[in-house]
Formats: sequence, C-alpha cells, structure tokens
Amino acid sequence: MTTRNVQLDDKGRLRHFLTVEGLSRSILTEILDTAASFAGVGAQVVKKVPLLRGKTITNLFFESSTRTRTTFELAAKRLSADVLNINISTSATSKGESMLDMLRNLEAMHCDMFVVRHASSGAAHFIARHVAPHISVVNAGDGCHAHPTQAMLDMFTIRRHKGEFHQLRVAIVGDILHSRVARSQIHALSLLGAHEIRVIGPKTLIPRDVSTFGVHVFHDMRAGLADVDVVMMLRVQKERMQGAFLPSEHEYYQLYGLTEDKLTCAKPDAIVMHPGPINRGVEIDSRVADGPRSVILEQVTNGIAVRMAIMAMVLGRGASDEGEIRRGEGR
Amino acid sequence: MISGEGVKRIHIRGARVVDPANQIDQLGDVWIADGRIVGVIHAPVGFSADQIIDATALVVCPGLVDLRARPREPGHEHKGTIASECAAAVAGGVTTLCCPPDTDPVIDNPAVADLIHHRAGLAGKARVVTLGALTQGLKGVQLSEMHALKQAGCVGVSNAFKAIADTQVMRRAMEYAASLDLTVFLHCEDPWLSGGVMHESPMSARLGLTGIPETAETVAVARDLLLIQQTGVRAHFGNLSTTRAVQMVARVQYEGVPISADVTAHHLHLTDMDVGDFNANCHVRPPLRSARDRAGLVTGLLRGTLAAVCSDHQPHDADAKLAPFAETEPGISAIETFLPLSLRAGAESGMKLSDLIARITCGPAKILGRDAGTLNIGAAADVCIYDPHAFWTVNETQLVSQGRNTPFIGWELQGRVRYTLVGGRIVFQNGGVA
Repeated sequence: MTTRNVQLDDKGRLRHFLTVEGLSRSILTEILDTAASFAGVGAQVVKKVPLLRGKTITNLFFESSTRTRTTFELAAKRLSADVLNINISTSATSKGESMLDMLRNLEAMHCDMFVVRHASSGAAHFIARHVAPHISVVNAGDGCHAHPTQAMLDMFTIRRHKGEFHQLRVAIVGDILHSRVARSQIHALSLLGAHEIRVIGPKTLIPRDVSTFGVHVFHDMRAGLADVDVVMMLRVQKERMQGAFLPSEHEYYQLYGLTEDKLTCAKPDAIVMHPGPINRGVEIDSRVADGPRSVILEQVTNGIAVRMAIMAMVLGRGASDEGEIRRGEGR
Repeated sequence: MISGEGVKRIHIRGARVVDPANQIDQLGDVWIADGRIVGVIHAPVGFSADQIIDATALVVCPGLVDLRARPREPGHEHKGTIASECAAAVAGGVTTLCCPPDTDPVIDNPAVADLIHHRAGLAGKARVVTLGALTQGLKGVQLSEMHALKQAGCVGVSNAFKAIADTQVMRRAMEYAASLDLTVFLHCEDPWLSGGVMHESPMSARLGLTGIPETAETVAVARDLLLIQQTGVRAHFGNLSTTRAVQMVARVQYEGVPISADVTAHHLHLTDMDVGDFNANCHVRPPLRSARDRAGLVTGLLRGTLAAVCSDHQPHDADAKLAPFAETEPGISAIETFLPLSLRAGAESGMKLSDLIARITCGPAKILGRDAGTLNIGAAADVCIYDPHAFWTVNETQLVSQGRNTPFIGWELQGRVRYTLVGGRIVFQNGGVA
C-alpha cells in the first residue's frame, strides 16, 4: 500500500491528509490558493462560511496540544461544521478500550472526519487504514513522522512574504531527528521547488541518512545561516538533555540558539519562523522571537486558513459524487 | 514419546530423494518400518508395505529441523499452543523445532522443560526440543542451573532476546556452559543501541521511526566472539541480520573456532523498504535490514558461514499487530512459509538443492546436537515429502498456525508439503496428491 493510494481517492483528490510526502505540487498549490481565499474570513464581522454545514469533525488528541487543537477547532467552526474535542491521555487508552474500539464508537456516531494527533509515528496511517470508508483522517502530528498541516501553514507564510519558492534558501534549525514538523517542512519545500534546504544541528539530533531527503547538513550555525531567506527554528524538548543527545540547555543556546548576532549571517530580509511553543533562551532569544523579522504569531493566524482549506478540500469533494465515493471505496 | 501405535510399514515410491548428510540426490524409493528408515534407494530384503505413497515428481527429504520457533506455550496461549503450532510445523514439513527459553514462566528450571516436552508428546505432531535459560529468569544476573536443565533434556542454553549487558556475567555463563559441554545460543543485540523498532536507514528517517543501527548487532557480535575465543565455549549465533556480522563470524570460523550461525527465511527476502507505510507485519527483531545486508546474508548462506536457515516462528494474536507500528509486537508467523521461502532463496542464489536442504535439515540438527535431519538407515523416520512444482498463494485463512501475522500474505510461493512423517507416522497430509 503506498502513501499515494491511502491519501487520494480514485479521482486523485485528497481523501485523507496524512503526510506531504507522495502528494503532487499541484495539490500543495491548491491548498495554498484555497487557504488564501479563506484568509479574509477571520477578519469579517461574521467569521463563518457555510461550506461544511452539517458535517461533524472530531478532534482526536492522544497527545496534548493547545495551539494545534484550537486552530483546528476554529477552522472547523468557521466552515460551519460541528466539532467534537476528545482528549485521550495515553494512560487512559492503555487501561481501557483499544484505539480501534474507540474509533468504532465514534463511527457509530456518524462523524465525517477525524483530526488525529498521536505520539506514535504512523498512527494517522493506521487509523486511516481502519476507519469506515466514509470517514476522512487529517493528521495533526504523529510521533516523529509528519505534521503536514503545520508544514502547509509554514509554506503559506513563506509564500506571503517571499513569493515563489524557487529562489529561496531555507534553513531548518534544531532537533531534526525527533521533529515531525521538520520532516513535513522538508517534503513540502522540496515539492514546491525551494532552491536549497539546509538543516542545522548537532549530529546527535540529525538523522544519519537525512541527505537522502535532498538537504544540506550544517553543524555550524553561522555557516548554515549564510545567505538564507528563511530561518525555521524547531522546539528543543527538555527530555533531550537526558539520553545523551545534548549536554545542557546553556550549551545548546550557545551553539544553536538564534540570537540577533547569528541572524546577521542570514539575508537582511530573512524571516524567522517557529512552530511553537517557543523556549525563550533555549532555541531562540526573545529579542529575535519578538523582533521585526519574526513571523511566529502570523504563523498561528495562518494556521486557521490553511486548516480550513485542507478540511474543505477533503470533506467538500463535490456533493454530486459523494455517494459514489462512499460506495466505491473499501477500507 | 512420538512412536508406537499407528506406525505402519511404508514404501515411498518414485521420488527424488534428497538426503544431504549421505550425499544422496537421485530418483528412488524410501522404505520405513517400525518408525525407522529401513531402506533408501536400495530395497530392504523381504519388505512388504502396509501403505505405498506414490511420490512421483515429489521430493523426499529429511523432516525439517527448525532452530527457532516459539509455540507460545506456556504463557501466551492466546497467540498459540504447543498443539496448534506443532500442527502448523508439520504442515510446513518441520518435524523438529527448537523452543527458546523465553516462555512464561521462563525455562530456567526442569519443570517448565518437562511440561513443554510432555505437551509436545501429547500433541503428537512435531518433536519439540528446548533451550534452557542461560541466566535465571533471563535477567542476566545469576547463572541458571544448567546441569539440571541439561538433565531435563534441554539441548543448549540461551538468554533469548534478553541481552546480558554485564560482560563478566556473560563470560562466566559461557565458562560454565563450556564445562557442561552445552552449546550457548546467542541473540546479539546491544541493549542500548537496539532501542528502536526498525533498521536505521533512510527509510526510518523518512517514517520517523526510531532506528536500530547495524552496530546494535555488530558491536554485540564482536564482544561475544572475543568472549567465545577466551572461554572456549561452543556457540551459535542466531538471527544474524547484517553483512558485517556474517563477515566477522566467517573470519573467526576460518581460524577454526567452533561457532555456527543462522539466518531467518524472511531476512533472506525482505528489507527495510518492505516496512513501506508502517506495515506492522514487517516489525521483526532483529529488524529487516538494507538490501546490501540481505545480499550479504544470501552470500553467507551460499558459502556455508550460515549453516542453517530457521523460521523464527512467532505467532501473534490479531491485537498484537493492530496498533501504530512502534506499539505492535515484533515477530512473524513463519513456520508454514519456511520451506518455500528457503527453497526460493536457494534457487535465486544458484545453490544446489541438496545444499539448501542441508541448511534446513542436517545443518541445524548438528547445531542442536540431535540425531535428526538425515535419512540414515536406522534413524527415526522423520520425513518431509513436498511437491517442488506446486505454486500456492499465502492466504491468512488457510494458515494452520493460530498466528496470521505474516508479511507474505498474497505472495505466490513454489513448493508445497504433501506429507510429513514423524517417527514413521503420517502426521500431515495435503490432498493435492491423488
């Protein structure tokens, strides 16, 4: 079973949104264009469009999240869908019913879409493979594998500031090894034709085979930031100080923390991004995070429009042939 | 245990007889009486058969000896029982299987070994031999009572999947086993490097799954090779998965150190790429490695560095595989695909059939120190008769094993067992032959 088959319906349209990998540039562009058309909705007096009226979307969060869950919820509500939020701590599932039993129950309540976050890589694929055929799955982050909506909102933000991708040098800084965000960003940037993608971090936090993704690896931050147009910072988890990934937060900040000084290596108009939540003084200095180059809060706002676009594309694949889709697709 | 009533005088006629231990590969007949082989090629004087098996166009070889298969009993009967998995074994042509000590309770005392041997006798299908635990509870701290385990019939000692991290304990365990003339069966994984769920590769980087580097195996093999040479123990490396480990073992074998090694049938066919989009049936331990490693394993098999192929049969209940990849349990229900996958590996690498059959009969029997895996006159009549031309498609509903967890579902395989005999009794018969 290939990624392409799972994610697309028989007409080649998005049926699930699990990973950027295996999608076409035209689908990514369609997401960005659709998001652009929704970007104004939040500024209207009535912040709603009736596209998904009557649909039920369930946010199924097996791992805690504030920002992602909230923006998914807002996105669904602005499309006039009904939203159900279910937060399942992993301890509760291990005690009680299995994940599949829970899915069956939600299917019985006639949900149309599951937005899934889970600590295990491949969880969204697993659910997509086992849900009833009329249900779509959107991946809101699975383990270290993918966070495709985050990557798309990042692409949207880059496009707004920089226009087309083909001349851009982009640096991704930090814990690439454990980052689902980085993986999805790399796939999206290369699909959209970015000129150069760099990853910057210590060897302990960069997968040994990352060059097979078509990226250039830098262990020296200043060299890696030279002449880049976009700096994408990643969050460093406190757990990485254990397990011999890093010696201390202090040393990490010295080497890979983004300061105004290091930022001077990048192009003068380079933008600074971060998927949040940020660790001030660990991976980024407050003066940069709150400074004029930072587009971090704009990323959050754009997240709503991009998630609206993805939900609308997945659930609104045309009312006329929806019945056909329901009948025609197996699990 | 497996003998007595129901044993007939059988004449297997017109087969291609392949018995590598006796350098036989020719058309001919096999005669069985009183549960033993009484004639191969040359008819015994005055034989009158109760039953004639027409084996025209079939291969007759010794019953397969599987160095590692977990019937799951005692402790995990929801995954398989000795009765269910011994039935699956004979459906796959396996007449002797070796059960590692990581049952629940662990085989670290004679009672558990006795229980397994007794249940296998009751099931009356394949013979089951056991490995005793190398350390108590497989905890890697205190030596097990290896003499008592040997007395109870354990054919060797092993710590199964549990690494013995303390090098001094490993050294002492090898020394003690050597003084009792017991073979130590090793599964080499560095406990700290093997925390992942698949081979560390571009594929694991892509899928965001924690990788197990090649060094998880090679570091552990290197340590144990040095300890083997120091202690003089007879040792067997199970489940090698990397080219470099095979090369290291080959070098030490060349120096004349008595070590042997095996590979599983699935590592000869699958690679990390087969994990695809999180196919939990490809979650195995050690992990499926790179294409280069797979080629190295095939070469090792061809050259004889790897003297045995095993099934590493690990049946699971459905729930064990119904979860995101990292949360699933490793292992493949493999005993019924063992023969055709081995045959295919042999054919693809240009091995002579008798050399391949040696790797699944007399080769592993020698490692276990068992008088099995041959068609010697007077040996117990453990025989596999298979159709080398029959194609069949692996279908989960048709598996005899309680475990349906195999990545080979839908594969068309060549070679199907028609009859399996244990101690001269027909314990499996497939209707494919008229």
